[in-house]
Amino acid sequence: MYQYTVRNKVYKFKDLKTLLAKASPYRSGDVLAGISANTYEERVAAQIALADLPLKNFLNEDLIPYDDDEITRLIIDNHDNASFSLISSFSVGELRDWLLMDTTDNYAINSIESALTPEMIAAVSKLMRNQDLIAVAKKIEIVTKFRNTIGLKGHFSTRLQPNHPTDDNKGIMASIIDGLLYGSGDAVIGINPATDSPTIAYNLLQLIDKLRVQFDIPIQSCVLSHITTTLELINIGAPVDLCFQSIGGTEKTNSSFGINLNLLDEAYDASLGLKRGIIGNNVMYFETGQGSALSANANHGVDQQTCETRAYAIAKKYKPLLVNSVVGFIGPEYLYDGKQIIRAALEDHFCGKMLGLPMGVDICYTNHAEADQDDMDNLLTLLGVAGCNFIMGIPGSDDIMLNYQSTSFHDALYIRKVLGLKPAPEFEQWLIKHGITDNLGNLLHINSSHKLLSGLLG
Amino acid sequence: MKKEITNVDPLLLLKNFTEARIALGRVGTSIPLRESLAFKLAHANARDAVYSLIDFELLTKQLSEFDLPIILLHSKAYSRHNYLKRPDYGRLLNEDSINKLREYDLKPDIVIIIADGLSATAINENTSALLKNLVPLIKSSKFSLGPICLVEQGRVAIGDDIGYYLNAKYTIVLIGERPGLSAADSLGVYLTYCPKPGLTDESRNCISNIRLQGLNYKLAAEKIFFLVSESFKLKLSGVGLKDNNGYLAK
Repeated sequence: MYQYTVRNKVYKFKDLKTLLAKASPYRSGDVLAGISANTYEERVAAQIALADLPLKNFLNEDLIPYDDDEITRLIIDNHDNASFSLISSFSVGELRDWLLMDTTDNYAINSIESALTPEMIAAVSKLMRNQDLIAVAKKIEIVTKFRNTIGLKGHFSTRLQPNHPTDDNKGIMASIIDGLLYGSGDAVIGINPATDSPTIAYNLLQLIDKLRVQFDIPIQSCVLSHITTTLELINIGAPVDLCFQSIGGTEKTNSSFGINLNLLDEAYDASLGLKRGIIGNNVMYFETGQGSALSANANHGVDQQTCETRAYAIAKKYKPLLVNSVVGFIGPEYLYDGKQIIRAALEDHFCGKMLGLPMGVDICYTNHAEADQDDMDNLLTLLGVAGCNFIMGIPGSDDIMLNYQSTSFHDALYIRKVLGLKPAPEFEQWLIKHGITDNLGNLLHINSSHKLLSGLLG
Repeated sequence: MKKEITNVDPLLLLKNFTEARIALGRVGTSIPLRESLAFKLAHANARDAVYSLIDFELLTKQLSEFDLPIILLHSKAYSRHNYLKRPDYGRLLNEDSINKLREYDLKPDIVIIIADGLSATAINENTSALLKNLVPLIKSSKFSLGPICLVEQGRVAIGDDIGYYLNAKYTIVLIGERPGLSAADSLGVYLTYCPKPGLTDESRNCISNIRLQGLNYKLAAEKIFFLVSESFKLKLSGVGLKDNNGYLAK
């Protein structure tokens, strides 16, 4: 039982998950779940009570019982007591203040990466303003490698997302070439297939691989199929660079996705075994998003932001190249408007980075959400400042297969320009070599004789 | 001078291969205004569709030719904002609507339900044309048709409530699909055998993208009627109903 009194009114919170839910900044998904604070005052009372809570308490009270949930077991079994001793005297509020101190740098935060559970990090994020989430995330540098280097300070990458409603080869290739000529694709060229068919996925992987080899592009590819499909593809010798999977923060959520930790272990080992990385071997690509647990009726009364952060514990186990919070895709019943989407994205980026993950964000919304491209511009700018590793690059922001709006090739160029950011260094060199940008990163004029165009048009 | 501001051309050839917004050109590194406004217009159309209303006067008039009773119903969602935040409310009928349905004692084979979903525009523009093709097919077969139900603030699963209270064997739910930038008027049709509260999506069959520039009305009606006939034959709907003859693929 936790409580806080405001002018004779006693607010009681019966357990830790209730306290966290009530302390969570307002969002429609927690209201839908019936676990949100009932008044503005109750929310702040919960936050004040949470601020005084010792971090130690999180090790004694499971939000979802250890015996019922393999994610809880993963979190508890991997908790590092030795590094926790550095901060074991902290309350949640003291952790927030410590993170913001000038003396707390990337090295200091990295050193407690395994001391903090996802629940502790979710808790501290609930006490932080957007500005705090940006300021702390900015300190953290998470670098991953496969055929190029992603996440270095001063660099900003994109996943080129060339989706097509019928997985048409030429249609997809046209979007890829358009994107490459706008300097997009250094995080990954990642296609969401319209249907989860092994034959189509194989064909698409070959399509990108052929292009990559022909033009010696230092990038990696991914077809975002279900992990069982990817395993099948690996077994029949398809050119699989990255293994993709959507993950959630509870065992039951993952069951609804048709996965569990054993299956992830198997896929991770199979992908590592391919040894296709040149300069590094981060082979996994995970996607997440607040609200997935509730939408699978699998949230156990835990708020959606805490569920999301628990998913990051899974990601961490497999040393991914990329983790992408697809923040606004799920719809307004979970994140109602631009304000909620922006807040959630900054939380996800901060929480993932705190756990040592290479966080990117699909800055996006659907047409029934109260949001538009202006909100995405705001979020893009905030994430650029916060040091986000990558965003999506989609032709004109409009995904014609998934029917939602994200960020465009142009958007990535905007943020690189206003913040002085560069693509992944290996990709930057490739862009210069092929006359796509100059040494300063400015786009050059493309002639119809450009080699990349002639391949498709010829 | 003017020509040099926007940098376009060679990439334009790529446009032949996809409807994606490629080869947009650029001003500096930004999207040229013409393209920026075209995007805004498409989004505006999608937003307007989400907040559009069923045109009851028009629909009642159009539906009168089928000579079936028409019942006006409402979900538990009391406003569009409430509907968007509470998908659970959109799946349930409000008290008044339940009482209306209780007045009927018909046990029809099939009930046609028309719900606004996320685009009443799709309903207003496509319902009449689709039903003109579909109702005669049903009437020429042995199936009996119940009253046509028009539902405000409805989601797909509200058909389960309606079918259940009307003791229907089968529901055909016409609903406005979530608008995309390329189409804000797309109609979806969901088919459920033995409807009752609590069913989920795997127990339904779906035909989507019905609109003037999408799946045409005649073909859509034929596909729906095929699924109806198969369902009654096999006494099920949803994932268990396989399209073995590739009939739906055409």
